[in-house]
Amino acid sequence: MSRVMEAPPARPEVLREPVSSSAFGIVEKPLSAWERITNVGALRKVALLVILAVVWEVYARSLDNALLFPTFTATVAAFFKGLFGGDLFAKAITSLRVLLMGYAAGIACAALLTIVAITSRIGTDLLELLTSMFNPLPAIALLPLALIWFGLGAGSIVFVIIHSVLWAVALNTHSGFLSVSNTLRMVGRNYGLRGLPYVGRILIPAAFPSILTGLKIGWAFAWRTLIAAELVFGVSSGSGGLGWFIYENKNQLEIPNVFAGLFTVIVIGLLVENVIFRVVEARTVRKWGLQS
Amino acid sequence: MTTNARNAKDAAPHAPLLAVRGVTLQYKTKEHLVTATYRVDFDVHRSDRFILLGPSGCGKSTLLKAVGGYLKPIEGDIRLKGETVTRPGPDRMMVFQEFDQLLPWRTVKENVMFPLQASGRLQRKAAEEKALEYIAKVNLTPFADSFPHTLSGGMKQRVAIARGMAMEPDILLMDEPFAALDALTRRKMQDELLALWEGTRFTVLFVTHSIPEAIKVGSRILLLSPHPGQVKAELDSLPRDANGADVTALEQRIHAMLFADAVEEQRAPEVVS
Repeated sequence: MSRVMEAPPARPEVLREPVSSSAFGIVEKPLSAWERITNVGALRKVALLVILAVVWEVYARSLDNALLFPTFTATVAAFFKGLFGGDLFAKAITSLRVLLMGYAAGIACAALLTIVAITSRIGTDLLELLTSMFNPLPAIALLPLALIWFGLGAGSIVFVIIHSVLWAVALNTHSGFLSVSNTLRMVGRNYGLRGLPYVGRILIPAAFPSILTGLKIGWAFAWRTLIAAELVFGVSSGSGGLGWFIYENKNQLEIPNVFAGLFTVIVIGLLVENVIFRVVEARTVRKWGLQS
Repeated sequence: MTTNARNAKDAAPHAPLLAVRGVTLQYKTKEHLVTATYRVDFDVHRSDRFILLGPSGCGKSTLLKAVGGYLKPIEGDIRLKGETVTRPGPDRMMVFQEFDQLLPWRTVKENVMFPLQASGRLQRKAAEEKALEYIAKVNLTPFADSFPHTLSGGMKQRVAIARGMAMEPDILLMDEPFAALDALTRRKMQDELLALWEGTRFTVLFVTHSIPEAIKVGSRILLLSPHPGQVKAELDSLPRDANGADVTALEQRIHAMLFADAVEEQRAPEVVS
């Protein structure tokens, strides 16, 4: 018992001078070359792509059936042949033009809808209602209707692309606006900002991570819808897009060309995601510390 | 007194800069209508360091938000230079408690410049000069081109203060700006704020729940009782070079007033109208 009652011993003060850092070797050490290489995200992804290509090549060779599954090298050869000798490049441009028209129009509609939604309560209700009604509706299911309304041409495809982009972008943008911190809202209003300047200078930058996610999802949806719609018919007679290219070559049993068409879709997807969206991210949300 | 007579009085040379008259504030939660303050009166004069002090639940932050124009009083009125406050505006710059009050997509310099340009007060060049001047005042010149997420909490608050001061508002509203800082940084920031005030003599309305902070930062202290907030006292603070015994005495006096409230609170049920 007496030990519990004992006070801690009196101890003297300890005073020390910090030692100069030159006294103990390395404080900062540069990373090794290997560490620096593996720190580059692009290189890691390229390595993964190479592995996937090798797996493809090995599997296709072991299968040895060019009609079912051509090799990677055959696909790449068909890709370059189509690009420089054939009409693959023209088809890709046709597809991209329609795609960008639909994408831009879809984003414009989404912007309009979300601005209405955040400035009024009834607008919010409208957005929620429309999104829950139309978001689950596959864009391709609207194609027969679009063909009746806009005829057999780019108009129909643009219409279904707008439908596929609009809801994803509007939903993400709106939820992004709702999650902007109350402090930032008050700061914006403190500066006397209201209406559109308030949306443009406070809400949009603050909600940019969500908006960017919406744009990415919208982009992917647009591609899917475009290719699916083009598989049904060419954009206009004689100058169809990538989907039509794939469909035509399948009919002629030019399977390496079918793969080359799919490969083009994949390459464009990779470029957009890893170059365009990556640059936008690096210049915005990463630089601002909104996303790590 | 008629409204006209009051207007005439407010326009007189010794009229207060900010006049809060019989202000009752209410806000709605999901289930209750809460009365935050009840008929609060006070005057803030030019170059005052006016403190709103009280325990949590006395409506001091709500009161500050009402002065900021974010909230309408259901009774009474708030006048700045004789004009009734109706909505937020850059003549009453706010410094919030939260570190996330800086715009993450702008550098320190751009954050300070933004309100100057957004309110149309200055062109880009002039705004930049003014921003750099005030960034220098808070000793952040080396960080002018940094983004907020790279700064520490104390530095972010200093940027927010520079941003508020660069606007040269009629009154600077500070909502517990140092509450989220560690004790050492907090003391340093209090000293810096006082040094800044010595230089420019701006008017500041400062909300805090810390008695020592109120005495140190303030020149005049409004004491509020909780549930709902009502004026308990309005005292002069002590000069900076006051001796320790006087400071302790004032601290204890204020503490006794707040403590009296705590006892009262147990008897009276919460006012929900």
